[in-house]
Amino acid sequence: MLSDLNQIAYRHEVFKDLEGKKLRQSIANFAKGMHMMREHLAQSEKLHYEYQKASWFLDAISIYCDSVESLTQEISLVNLTSRGFQSFREYLKSYTKSERFRSLVDETRKLKDMLSKVKYCIHIRGSRVTVSRYGGQPDYGIEVAETFRKFQQGEVKTYLTVFHERAEMDHIEGRILDLVARLFPDVFLELKEYYARHHDFIDQIISRFDREVQFYIAYLEFIETLMSTGLKFCYPGISDRSKEVWARETFDLALAAKLAREHSNVVTNDFYLKGRERIFVVSGPNQGGKTTFARTFGQLHYLARLGCLVPGSEAQLFLCDNILTHFEREEHIENLRGKLQDELVRLRKIMQQATSNSIIIMNESFASTTVKDALFLGKEVLIQIIKKDMLGVYVTFIDELSSLGEATVSMVSTVAPDNPAKRTYKLVRKPADGKAYAMAIAEKYGLTYEALRRRMAGK
Amino acid sequence: MKVFLMYRDRDFDVSRPLPANSEAMIQDLELNTLFRAMADDDKFLLEVARQAVLSSLVDAPSIMYRQQVLKDCLEHPSVIRELYDVAVEAIRNEKESWWLSSYFRSPSLILSTSTRMLELFLTSLIRLRRIADDNAELFHSEGFTRFFKMIKEELNDQYFAIIQNHLRRLKFEDGTLISAELGKGLKGSNYTLRRPLEERQGWTERLFRRRGSSYSFEVADRDESGHESLRELYERGINRVADALARSTNHILSFFVALRTELAFYIGCLNLYDRLAKKGEAICMPEPLQVSEPILSSRGLYDVCLSLRTEGKVVGNELHADKMRLIVITGANQGGKSTFLRSIGLAQLMMQCGMYVPAEMFRANICTGIFTHFKREEDTTMKSGKLDEELKRMSDIADQIRPNCVLLCNESFSSTNEREGSEIGRQVIRAFLESGVKVLLVTNMFELAHSFYELRGEDILFLRAERLPDGRRTFRITEGEPLSTSHGEDLYREIFGIDEQKHNREAYAKAQSDR
Repeated sequence: MLSDLNQIAYRHEVFKDLEGKKLRQSIANFAKGMHMMREHLAQSEKLHYEYQKASWFLDAISIYCDSVESLTQEISLVNLTSRGFQSFREYLKSYTKSERFRSLVDETRKLKDMLSKVKYCIHIRGSRVTVSRYGGQPDYGIEVAETFRKFQQGEVKTYLTVFHERAEMDHIEGRILDLVARLFPDVFLELKEYYARHHDFIDQIISRFDREVQFYIAYLEFIETLMSTGLKFCYPGISDRSKEVWARETFDLALAAKLAREHSNVVTNDFYLKGRERIFVVSGPNQGGKTTFARTFGQLHYLARLGCLVPGSEAQLFLCDNILTHFEREEHIENLRGKLQDELVRLRKIMQQATSNSIIIMNESFASTTVKDALFLGKEVLIQIIKKDMLGVYVTFIDELSSLGEATVSMVSTVAPDNPAKRTYKLVRKPADGKAYAMAIAEKYGLTYEALRRRMAGK
Repeated sequence: MKVFLMYRDRDFDVSRPLPANSEAMIQDLELNTLFRAMADDDKFLLEVARQAVLSSLVDAPSIMYRQQVLKDCLEHPSVIRELYDVAVEAIRNEKESWWLSSYFRSPSLILSTSTRMLELFLTSLIRLRRIADDNAELFHSEGFTRFFKMIKEELNDQYFAIIQNHLRRLKFEDGTLISAELGKGLKGSNYTLRRPLEERQGWTERLFRRRGSSYSFEVADRDESGHESLRELYERGINRVADALARSTNHILSFFVALRTELAFYIGCLNLYDRLAKKGEAICMPEPLQVSEPILSSRGLYDVCLSLRTEGKVVGNELHADKMRLIVITGANQGGKSTFLRSIGLAQLMMQCGMYVPAEMFRANICTGIFTHFKREEDTTMKSGKLDEELKRMSDIADQIRPNCVLLCNESFSSTNEREGSEIGRQVIRAFLESGVKVLLVTNMFELAHSFYELRGEDILFLRAERLPDGRRTFRITEGEPLSTSHGEDLYREIFGIDEQKHNREAYAKAQSDR
């Protein structure tokens, strides 16, 4: 995570350049080429016959040269504004003009061309194999096809057998290749020398670029699949002083990725903290988006510190020094006392790390204990948080915790007005009102007093 | 080499999807009876008959082209059946190669199987040539003239010699010469079997005589993996030739398949002709008219399917309905209205696939599509309402029907009461007529028929199933305005053999006593 606003800005610039389709495509092609090059080198290492090793090595260099040249060419045509890309472009320009790179390109092309012109014949009769230069004999398959073409009524399927291709040669192929080398001595001598000559051909800076740019590409590709479903991302404003934070149309990135795979809609939420407000106390019906909201708040600040775009149409965030989380754990602990104890131990560790610049996310803490305990502990913890002037989210089922003072803001997950059983996954700023909600659900299930009486009366 | 006996310039495709209205037409016109007569218990003939009959031609030249070919067939049935046998026998060879599509195939297996098939096909091709030599001048249609000429030209003696040459060369008695290039990692690639420039004895020695131009080695007998590798090299080398030869045998096969398929339609016509001729039923070549005005005239028109199902000859009808856009057929129940309607539909359909028609004379304008909407008896068992079902069918028809189509309605709109049915029917039919669709309507609904009668249109014809004064039916359809009573009463008497009024009186008395 970055801790400096200038570094974050540096990454934002790179991201913005990479939003350009042309540059992205160029980078993608380059990355693919570099990957292929590495595979070729690995294959070259594995092989046994010297000529074969040299051939895979030659191909690796050829791919490397092509990839670097294409990238240099393409990158010179796009408008770059980031400091990062501008200086890399300059580097590429001088590298590809260097004597070292130019001669690598020339030798590689020449050698590949020579090899591609080698054409030979193998005559097999019984166990005797004769290898010669090709002498212009006609393709017999074409002659056969030509003879019977007149009967053709439509397309017919192919009867070509697909052979399993191995990179390795067996000893018969090896012997044939040796004979081919004797038929074309100049070509094969050149190949041997080339292989010996070009050991450390990869430029270190280009190699590093290849690795680092993957971070940007991977993130952009990921968020673009979500953007195609209508979700929005933005470059957040980030402050290292003001704790007034807000976001519009934001959402939980992990949930959105899951829902996008299932082709379901994602509900977005807005939030803001202004003045001396610091902590969202989130209550309301279960499965209503409370945990999602807590995660969203944490993710936004985490992603912001990576220098990434964040979920939402607009966002203003705080440059925190740490994001501390306290979530209810699923694992089974023998008794309630054990579980509460475990929670409190974890909490103490968290509070020890926390500074006034930390963000804390607490989700359903103390849910396993009694309401009285939960209320007491919740209050204590919240007061500690408020004292430290931390930003955070506190998800709880206890309404009373939402009105502890001017630092806390009550957010409530809502239900559809006409159908209380239906969650909207929208969270709104309003006082907690758990009871009205509970009655509505009871009515819907016929569990109010009158309803229960009527139902019982008919028995 | 194209067969082109069904179309002047294209292949006949037996797997083409049938028009969407086909299922209804098969059911309503009882086409399976026709197909079965054409097929004479042969599944393939049945399939081709169905495809050909239901894929109507929509222009006069195409219809005339088939009519001519069919005339040749009717004149020389034995030659046609012999040609058909050659095709069927050739196709039977395909069974030899079933495993070509199996997983365990290799180029050398493909090559040897294909060579064997080629030898078999050669025999069939020679037979085909002989039939052409012996009979060509007896045929006069454009289709057969072209076909026989093609056979004689393409399958000449020189060509047969070339095939023999290939069969000899593919034995590779002097070894195989394979060219290659350097592929990925310098492995041999693009292996291609080459024909040596000189094939006289000892060509290999001459080819490799120059010093430094070739190098050899011998794979030791005990080197098993070496021999295996050499075997694979050989397989790779002949891969494309094997493919070329297998595809070639497939091409020849596809030619015989096309020949068999196109002849199958005419064999079907011959089969049907034999059945009808035995009964003494008349047939004639119809006169298809490519005009926009409605034409429909016939003499001795009979329902061919009814004839195929009955012992004796069936009653033929006369019809003069040129210029008529709407033909309303009313009259006695069981008086032959449906049969008459079907006979028109069948004749139109047979004409438009190039067949002869069951009549002494028949001429009609070429329709762009034939549609049927018949009352379905089995509808009562359906969950959805009867009217719902039949109107859905009508709506499906409306999706497809175009101007210059013909629609045959048999007691449509009768699944509701007469008043409602008449009103719906009137609106539907008027809409179709005004859109340029020819409509033939059989109806028992006086109100519906009468509403059209009142229009006194020049282009509306009213026909009636004839009923003699003594109540007997002649199954003849004659011109006549709709009458307000149907003849169900007669039918009822005939079937139940009791006096209806008496029956009613008894029922009334019983109801009284039950009280």
